[in-house]
Amino acid sequence: MKFSTYLVHITGVSIYPLISLCLFVVFFFLMIYWMYSIDKKEIERIQNLPFDDHKKI
Amino acid sequence: MNQQTFHYDNKLPKYFAIACIFWGTVGMLLGVIAAFQLAFPVLNFSEFMPYLTFGRLRPVHTNAVIFAFVGNGIFTGVYYAIPRLLKTPMWNKTLGNIHFWGWQFIIVCAAVSLLMGFTTGKEYAELEWPIDILITLIWVVFGLNMFGTILTRRERHLYVAIWFFIASWVTVAMLHIVNSMEFPVSFMKSYSWYAGVQDALVQWWYGHNAVAFFLTTPYLGLMYYFLPKAADRPVYSYRLSIVHFWSLIFLYIWAGPHHLLYTALPDWAQSVGTAFSIMLILPSWGGMLNGLFTLRGAWDKVREDPVLKFFVVAVTCYGMATFEGPMLSLKNVNAISHYSDWTIAHVHIGALGWNGFLTFGMMYWLIPKLFNTKLYSRKLASTHFWIGTLGILLYAIPMYWSAFRSYFMMSAFTPEGQLQYEFIDVVQTVIPFYIMRAIGGTIYLTGVLLMCYNLIKTAKTGEFVATEEATAPALAKDYKAPANSIWHSLIERKPIMLLILSLVVVGIGGLVEMIPTFLVKENIPSIASVKPYTPLELQGRDLYIKEGCYNCHSQMIRPFRYEVARYGEYSKAGEFVYDHPFQWGSKRTGPDLARIGGKYGDSWHFNHMLDPTSMSPGSIMPSYPAMYEDVIDKASTNSKIHAMRQMGVPYPANYEAIANQDLEKQANGIASKLLIENKIKISSDKEIIALIAYLQRIGTDIKLQPNPSK
Repeated sequence: MKFSTYLVHITGVSIYPLISLCLFVVFFFLMIYWMYSIDKKEIERIQNLPFDDHKKI
Repeated sequence: MNQQTFHYDNKLPKYFAIACIFWGTVGMLLGVIAAFQLAFPVLNFSEFMPYLTFGRLRPVHTNAVIFAFVGNGIFTGVYYAIPRLLKTPMWNKTLGNIHFWGWQFIIVCAAVSLLMGFTTGKEYAELEWPIDILITLIWVVFGLNMFGTILTRRERHLYVAIWFFIASWVTVAMLHIVNSMEFPVSFMKSYSWYAGVQDALVQWWYGHNAVAFFLTTPYLGLMYYFLPKAADRPVYSYRLSIVHFWSLIFLYIWAGPHHLLYTALPDWAQSVGTAFSIMLILPSWGGMLNGLFTLRGAWDKVREDPVLKFFVVAVTCYGMATFEGPMLSLKNVNAISHYSDWTIAHVHIGALGWNGFLTFGMMYWLIPKLFNTKLYSRKLASTHFWIGTLGILLYAIPMYWSAFRSYFMMSAFTPEGQLQYEFIDVVQTVIPFYIMRAIGGTIYLTGVLLMCYNLIKTAKTGEFVATEEATAPALAKDYKAPANSIWHSLIERKPIMLLILSLVVVGIGGLVEMIPTFLVKENIPSIASVKPYTPLELQGRDLYIKEGCYNCHSQMIRPFRYEVARYGEYSKAGEFVYDHPFQWGSKRTGPDLARIGGKYGDSWHFNHMLDPTSMSPGSIMPSYPAMYEDVIDKASTNSKIHAMRQMGVPYPANYEAIANQDLEKQANGIASKLLIENKIKISSDKEIIALIAYLQRIGTDIKLQPNPSK
């Protein structure tokens, strides 16, 4: 039942853990980059959206 | 700029709020009844009718609380918050009405059909195929209305609460469709398309993510909207909420296999489930802290305002449950908690604390707004808060205690190497805890009734505001994103892109776990001696499913000394290849049944099902007298065998034609054996005969071969 017993039958199996590691790292780095890239003023406006509903602009 | 005037509709939020509170009360009442049934089996009323036994009532309770109470709670928030966040009314009123009435119709159908014994036998997905189709249609209606609103918005930016709603919608759609793949046998009867280990994996991928994407992410959407509103200050960190969202939906979907630790599920899948469950602590606690820090500098308000009190405990319970969840997914902890009352305590910290208290806080805030008045009694709401908190504690503590007590008793050996306690000894010793738990539930329900009174009084003192007028400029067409916001504009302002990305992110986890289990043959080593069920056993198995036996009995022996000594050889993946659906269960209120076949004689089962205490003094199992009156539905044998063959169960060609002859032959054999050996007279066409045939078959195939491993 060990995963490794049938993992070894897959050709070039060693590339898969690398791919998944890269996927994860890229995903989280992109997310963090995105998070910090947002303009501070924009953030302030967005987080106040729930309070904007009754204002007649 | 071109100002436009429009109206927010308050009618549907009001309807959904009423439905939420009504079904919540009903669902919790059923929970209290079910809790008392475990201590006092007479409350099953099975002498009089088969409809109210624990096995049928418990799924109504769980479905009512999840899909009726929390479901309507989500819709209340969505129909109130989305228009206000996007400065536009909900897209289509007719769709809104279809959504509301359709969802309530589904709830009624669910309650009636479950009590009548129509069930697929898969936890939290028990509803039969016609209702599954109805759910899909209404879910699409909800989605259309939500996306219609989003696409006609006057605010370019989608606030984080809406991301949570979008991801929840798309993921629930995916989970429901994949897990509900079933082969209809007749109107209101179907078999799961998957079998055994694969069915278990799909089911717990669904079950875990129903918790994630029905009970958690949409409620996080509500938290991100209503908590800042009630505290009158923006969320602590909007950046943190971005991280919270993406990492939560990225990680959550992988964690399902932690429900199957130490089972026959392949090891690697179990490990993946554990690893991701541990990682889940980070985003969950990020979200919890974001909620609590929103109240920084406003704790004086929390002392005064019952709404904030409810929110604080709700978010704290979210934190507790999301810390406990990863701990439970550690194999050594899971060995204690699985099949025990610990799981029940854990889910109720989530359901009563997180979902319940967040809903109550939302209602105490929303109903006065909808009726343009103040809350009738803040004092009563505070009383509700304290009663509710006490109820949660009185519910959870006895369950934790009971879990550890039963673990220590179940795993105790005498110095001679014998099991120290019988199963029934353990049952007897936890009954007082069941009573305490039921009292805790009753106290919690009392608080809910106080809320009903308070909210009705509030509504009566005010006047309902059916629509609210607002103005906002239309969305500018020639908009240019500010510099440095490339990612931001790529996703956040594009709802369809957000939808697709969410689906991709949640899809990866499901695919990685499921495809190997389905395609790699070595994952389910076949066992030559495992054969399909006979027609009589198949009918008996359907009765087992119908009565919801899986609510109290597992069919999965874990490879522990104390389990093998008590129940027999541990379960192998290859034993379940013809089990559509799997019946591993998740809780052992009664003993495991994976090796029940041949353990006792037919007459033992005959007497036990009629009066459990006659064979097992002190048993809390309900009796099933109806099975001694009702006859086996032989007309269905043909289509059942046909359906099984269509799904790959190797019955011989044209076996349908002679299946009922085999059924009668086996039934006559059991009936005459009962008569000759035990002087029990029973007609061979009664349901109990089929059930005995099934019970005597469970787990016996493997004994027919000398080397059971591969």
